[in-house]
Amino acid sequence: MSQVRRIVNTSFETLLPVVGVIVALIIGAFMLLALGANPITAYGALIEGAFGSQYSFMQTLVKATPLLLVGLGVCIAFRGGVINIGGEGQIIVGGLGATAIALALPNLPGVLLLPLALIAGIISGAIWGGIPGVLKARLGVNEILTTIMMNAIAQQLSNFLLRGPMIDPKEVLAKTYLPQSAQVPEQAWLMRLLPPTLLHLGTILAVVLAIGVFVFLWRTIIGYRIRAVGLNPSAAKYAGINVPTYQALALVLGGAFAGLAGAVEVLGVSHRMLDGVSGGYGFSGIVTALFGKLHPLGSIPASVLFGSLLVGADKMQRAVQVPASLIQVLLGLVVIFVVSSDIWVRRRASKRQTNG
Amino acid sequence: MSELFSLTVLTGIAYSGIRLATPYLFAALGEMFAQRSGVVNLGVEGIMLMGAFTAFAMATWTGNLWFALFCAAFIGLLMGLAMSFISVNMQAEQGISGIGMHLFGLGLSSLLFTKFLGSTKAITGFQPIKIPLLGDIPVIGEIFFNHNILVYLAFLLVPIAVWVLNKTTLGLKIRAVGVKPEAADSLGVSVSKIRYLCVSFGGVMAGIAGASLTLALINLFQENMTSGIGFIAVALVYFGGWTPVGVTLGALLFSLVNALQLWIQVLDKDKVIPSDFALMMPYVLTIAVLAFGKRTNQPAALTKPFDRGSH
Amino acid sequence: MSKINRRKFLTIAGTLSAGAALTACATPAPTAAPAAPGAAAKPAAKQFKIAMVCPSLVNDAAFSQSMYDAIMSVQKEMGGESALMLKYSDNVFQVPNAAAAIRDYAGQGFDLVIAHGTQYGNSLQEIAKDFPNVAFAWGTATDNFESKGLKNVFAYNPKAEEGGYVLGVLAAKMTKSNVVGVCGPVEAGDAKTFVDGFKKGVTDTNKAAKVNVTYTGNFSDVSLMAAAAETHTKAGADILTGSSQSVVGAIGIAKDKKIVWFGTQSNQANLAPETVGASQVYDWSGIVKEMISMINSGKKGTVSFESTLKNGGLKIVYNDKVAISADAKAAAAAATKDIADGKLKALP
Repeated sequence: MSQVRRIVNTSFETLLPVVGVIVALIIGAFMLLALGANPITAYGALIEGAFGSQYSFMQTLVKATPLLLVGLGVCIAFRGGVINIGGEGQIIVGGLGATAIALALPNLPGVLLLPLALIAGIISGAIWGGIPGVLKARLGVNEILTTIMMNAIAQQLSNFLLRGPMIDPKEVLAKTYLPQSAQVPEQAWLMRLLPPTLLHLGTILAVVLAIGVFVFLWRTIIGYRIRAVGLNPSAAKYAGINVPTYQALALVLGGAFAGLAGAVEVLGVSHRMLDGVSGGYGFSGIVTALFGKLHPLGSIPASVLFGSLLVGADKMQRAVQVPASLIQVLLGLVVIFVVSSDIWVRRRASKRQTNG
Repeated sequence: MSELFSLTVLTGIAYSGIRLATPYLFAALGEMFAQRSGVVNLGVEGIMLMGAFTAFAMATWTGNLWFALFCAAFIGLLMGLAMSFISVNMQAEQGISGIGMHLFGLGLSSLLFTKFLGSTKAITGFQPIKIPLLGDIPVIGEIFFNHNILVYLAFLLVPIAVWVLNKTTLGLKIRAVGVKPEAADSLGVSVSKIRYLCVSFGGVMAGIAGASLTLALINLFQENMTSGIGFIAVALVYFGGWTPVGVTLGALLFSLVNALQLWIQVLDKDKVIPSDFALMMPYVLTIAVLAFGKRTNQPAALTKPFDRGSH
Repeated sequence: MSKINRRKFLTIAGTLSAGAALTACATPAPTAAPAAPGAAAKPAAKQFKIAMVCPSLVNDAAFSQSMYDAIMSVQKEMGGESALMLKYSDNVFQVPNAAAAIRDYAGQGFDLVIAHGTQYGNSLQEIAKDFPNVAFAWGTATDNFESKGLKNVFAYNPKAEEGGYVLGVLAAKMTKSNVVGVCGPVEAGDAKTFVDGFKKGVTDTNKAAKVNVTYTGNFSDVSLMAAAAETHTKAGADILTGSSQSVVGAIGIAKDKKIVWFGTQSNQANLAPETVGASQVYDWSGIVKEMISMINSGKKGTVSFESTLKNGGLKIVYNDKVAISADAKAAAAAATKDIADGKLKALP
């Protein structure tokens, strides 16, 4: 009996975000009508664009990969009671770090160069998340402020490097001066798993890491402490946990994952560092983590859901030629409805508690 | 580079700094009230964009700048009410719902612009008003008393905010709700009413902040024209330690340094300092000042929804 | 009016092609797709179908709009939508999204897919390989990938410095304060070449004139762009120019201060008719027409076009509402001729 109830509850909780998405899409249907587009055609294209063929589904997974990686970092940070809005900047420095290493050591074999480049991305991101972390731990500076500011600083750093020291020499020769790095050596690329689709090894890496984060948060002492600090800082302090240190650690790890996302985007998709590599993943990663109930394993389906929305919405734009901005409106509505719908889960949970 | 310390340049920096600070001030003061009542609204940027668009469209169609400003404030109010509903009634995670609100405003402002205006043509915005007598004082007059009406309004808001927050019953209620909602509730203060009021006020201010761009500072609209101002405004609330004066100082610091770096770029003919590093200055300095300045505690109930039934 | 018609038409076209796409979906693997477009393209009467992907909005008054306007003018010339159809995805700043869009359009039977953004190059190279029957165009770029064995990619590149130089000559002749301000976005791409050419044009013409340059570090910060323009005017500038879609901020200030603005990429006169003295317009229509006729005669790539003042791909468009002295215009015309004849290098 209780087994049945548990299944009902779990499926209710998992289905709720989907219901939120559907409600948002219904409102979107009216906007499509107002724009003179047929909503059925449009949404048909959305679904087809995300799942309709092997290529499009793989595209969804490619999109889900950075979302999942950033989302994992957000999970850790949130569980540690800190908010990381600095994903964008951390992705950028992660991409820069990975590119710099891959370009600096072009003669290394792939087995060495690829991991080195990934680690460079992780470390760069960790530093970028670590600065707000240390400032919070040591000086009590609010991390929302610092992470927002660090995004802008990363953008300027990237501009500087990509038009100066790291610019593709070919751009200078051709006098086109586009701000992008040279292509990273081929042995450093993340292997394509299913050509011609863009699916690459990074996707598998992300899923493995999701499991890793789950084990880390729930099966290790450090993970336990991070969660304890996030759940109740004063109780954690009373239990002898150094609260600021673990909050800083949560921010460092959050940055590390976002940095890895940047490295994976460079080594798996664009094969060079260019402007716009962060592509809003820093923000949509936060949304992904929340869709996944701030659980690393929940983030896996959440990233696919959100990734499919991003990919499908682009397809919809092409199919019915509505302005691209409609997609942002739709995503905004989806986010609002999904977070709002969360109240029903909590209501049920508290009812369950009071009922025994 | 020695010209940097000439009177013309210093006046120029001060004047531009004050001008640049205007949208930050409107948005950050509004957000400060929302946060004092316990709600973080990360959607300021989206509301600003809607305000900027509404004001621009209305000014284009009617030519009446005050009506345009009113409409922008009204749109801000609507979005503020929506945000209140989401965070008070639906008790949604505020960081996330704000991002949703941002995306919504970003997309809708661009969509409506494409649909209804298509192309943009500069309007004639609010003109500078030279304040009699004060405006004639050398240097000081040029820096402080030769701005358009929205700049004066923004700075006029600061003492009003101080007064409301510290000297009125409403201010007391707001502070109580932000720190100890349970206690406020038991004393008969409606937590949701106060939060609705503050978040909606924040929305109105964000709408006006956006309008200040299209009606006074730039006179044109473009998709995503705020380009991060709303997020910086949220950061400035933390910077200012949730006090109107602190927020104002933050907005001024950030804007003055931004004006300064533009002058450095102008005067640094040989580009000894790469423009990118000049552009980092406002952000780096804001962090640095906060790191070495004094800190205040955030409202204890910030981001925590209040559920009357559970207490 | 024509806008509404276009949208209606596109909706219908969209419905049809989405239907077609759904049917195409039934084919087992996407690898089969390359064969389809060639077949699909022929029976559709004689309508020429272009798809475009660009990084900013088509009404950005700058880079993306320049291509959109060009295609629209070619469409008008060819006799409307029945002769030339355009579908586009704008505001696609991020490369993976653009890659998906380009691939999707390529598979839908378009005659020409324009990847209007230098950053799309890498992806385009891969996609073009998979769709040998579809012609692609890529810009702004100089590499048509022929050396990589691709026969179906055109490249196009504006020599932005040329118009920059000419506008610089105009500015040098017109400035009374001998200070000219440049509002740049990021010191890269055609923004950099334009600014470099402009600076050279000013200093070659008027040794006493100073050119002050600022950058805002991104392409969308309109407010900082406005502040930059204001800083320039405080520093004495009475002529301003700049590049990217964010210059609308600077144009607003120029209008306020009643000084002259020189535009680039698109004709910016309609943003502020009494302020914009002249614009360097990227007029891609010649290149678009040339590509259409080449494709119709079976040539799908291997050509790198260059937009210059000489071939009309770059145009200096004056705005009659702003008074520019005959002397200045004559000097500009002379510079234009010298650049066209190769007697003058626009870049330092």
